[in-house]
Amino acid sequence: MSSAVTRPPPGRVAIEDVTGLRERSLGQKLLSSQPFWVTIALIVMALAMSWYQPEAFASADNFFNITRNFAFIGIMAIGMTAVILTGGIDLSVGSIMGLAGVVCGLVLQAEGHWALAVLAGLLTGAAVGLVNGVLISYVGLPAFVVTLGTLSGARSLAIVLSENKMIYEFGPWGDAFNAIGGGSIVGVANPVWVLLALAVTFSVILNFTNWGNYLYAIGGNENAARLTGVPVRRIKLQAYVVSGLTAALSAVLIVGWQGSAINALGQGYELRVIASTVIGGADLMGGQGGAYGAVIGAALIEVIRNSLLMAGVDANWQGAFVGLFIVLAVLLQRIRTRRSA
Amino acid sequence: MTDPTPLLSLRGIGKSYGPVVAVRDVDLDIFPGEVVALCGDNGAGKSSLIKVISGAEEATSGTINLRGKPVAFASPHDALENGVATIYQDLALAPRLSIAQNVFMGSELTRPVLVPFLRILDKKRMIAESQRYLSQLSAAVTDMTRPVERLSGGQRQAVAISRALRWNAEIIIMDEPTAALGVKESALVLDLIRKLKSDGRTVILISHNMRDVVALADRVVIMGAGRKYVDRPLGDLGADDIAHMIMAGNAKAA
Repeated sequence: MSSAVTRPPPGRVAIEDVTGLRERSLGQKLLSSQPFWVTIALIVMALAMSWYQPEAFASADNFFNITRNFAFIGIMAIGMTAVILTGGIDLSVGSIMGLAGVVCGLVLQAEGHWALAVLAGLLTGAAVGLVNGVLISYVGLPAFVVTLGTLSGARSLAIVLSENKMIYEFGPWGDAFNAIGGGSIVGVANPVWVLLALAVTFSVILNFTNWGNYLYAIGGNENAARLTGVPVRRIKLQAYVVSGLTAALSAVLIVGWQGSAINALGQGYELRVIASTVIGGADLMGGQGGAYGAVIGAALIEVIRNSLLMAGVDANWQGAFVGLFIVLAVLLQRIRTRRSA
Repeated sequence: MTDPTPLLSLRGIGKSYGPVVAVRDVDLDIFPGEVVALCGDNGAGKSSLIKVISGAEEATSGTINLRGKPVAFASPHDALENGVATIYQDLALAPRLSIAQNVFMGSELTRPVLVPFLRILDKKRMIAESQRYLSQLSAAVTDMTRPVERLSGGQRQAVAISRALRWNAEIIIMDEPTAALGVKESALVLDLIRKLKSDGRTVILISHNMRDVVALADRVVIMGAGRKYVDRPLGDLGADDIAHMIMAGNAKAA
């Protein structure tokens, strides 16, 4: 068979014989990758908007705003990717953001140090993630139900803690805290830098470490992972803690940027975060997705939002367009896997 | 076969699920390098016995000796670490992941990077080693980064077996390896098993396909109603003879 393949008689070799023995080139891999196509879509849309609205869209101000806006979602989407890779889902990220934001606000209001506020916020996110993780991977409850529970629970806790008031009197460390999320370095908003650093870190983790590989293995076939000794429960638990942490990190940044904390912070964000990961090529069945996809997905949603705004389309239509893109993304994914299978 | 000390030795193995007794008092010796076919009708207790050997379930009674030492596997992973690999009917592969990722699942190779204590996946070596295992089995696959879902049934078996080789399994238990395959693919799998044998590995083959049994086995073990009632060298037994013995066992049990 191998000699036949090194010199195939033209037109007489079954397609399986050829594909079975030829390595997929880098170009082929690129063409079958969802993030690649989403990147193309993003570039096309940005070019179209720059041509259509050169002053408003292609301005440095608008670039600054767009990147900062999707940074908050993108950061959460990276954590969400870890969860979705295992075949799970985390619906509680928006509420975690709200709760962590309120906790930050309360610490600052009580004249706590900015570092203490950051730490308290992050710990809050990790704690809710831990609750999710324990219930899902050790008690064995479905992720959808557990995180739906914490979606409700964490939001309620945020309202109780804030006494349903906006927290904006940040005390002596307020300015320092606000500088973290609200500042910028060389013309790029801090949250964008955080997003970039996180995306690079997670790309390395997902592609080159045991831990990252385990996420794919669990999502690819949980039973197989267990049989070969992958610490399935521990890894799944950690994925939810990571998701809680990224939601809290995003909360720290957004509270600093806004200079106030409200308990409604992050409401409905879970859908935008999940949409970002799905548009970026993550598969809700698990085992497929990546950090770059999550970021590019978040970017595309924000550019769509921004473009519609600039094109003068009623803001209420945004949801419809984002929904359309989610369905299109999944459709595209399905078509690609059909063709390559 | 000629080696007098068994590689794996079961004594008085019993397994019950509540009031249901699945396996009763089974003694079984497996010698290095032999292919033992484990036959019996549905409900004969084969699967329960295999679950005990593979570490999936604990025996209710009896002892297991591996290389002369008593063992009690806590999990399939534990068995795997002791050189007993089970290839399940569903193969336990992750379809979307690459061949190399499947072969090295749970036992990934890593290499150090600049920072001390930090190790990253050694993809190059995993790809090269996977390639080595698969060529050992003469499977005509060259791209180790291909997802398993794009392989044929026989090739998938080869990947599952490669994983067992990766764990350096001495005993490979194969549960109905050809049940879901066509004629051509089945022939490929039979060849894989022959390769394992010529490589000096021990295979426990569970099969309903008497032709496979006759083609491969050195010894035939037949179970019925939880008991072992035939344990003999294949000799000149034909497929029909084995089928009759299985049926006779059923009659006895009923």
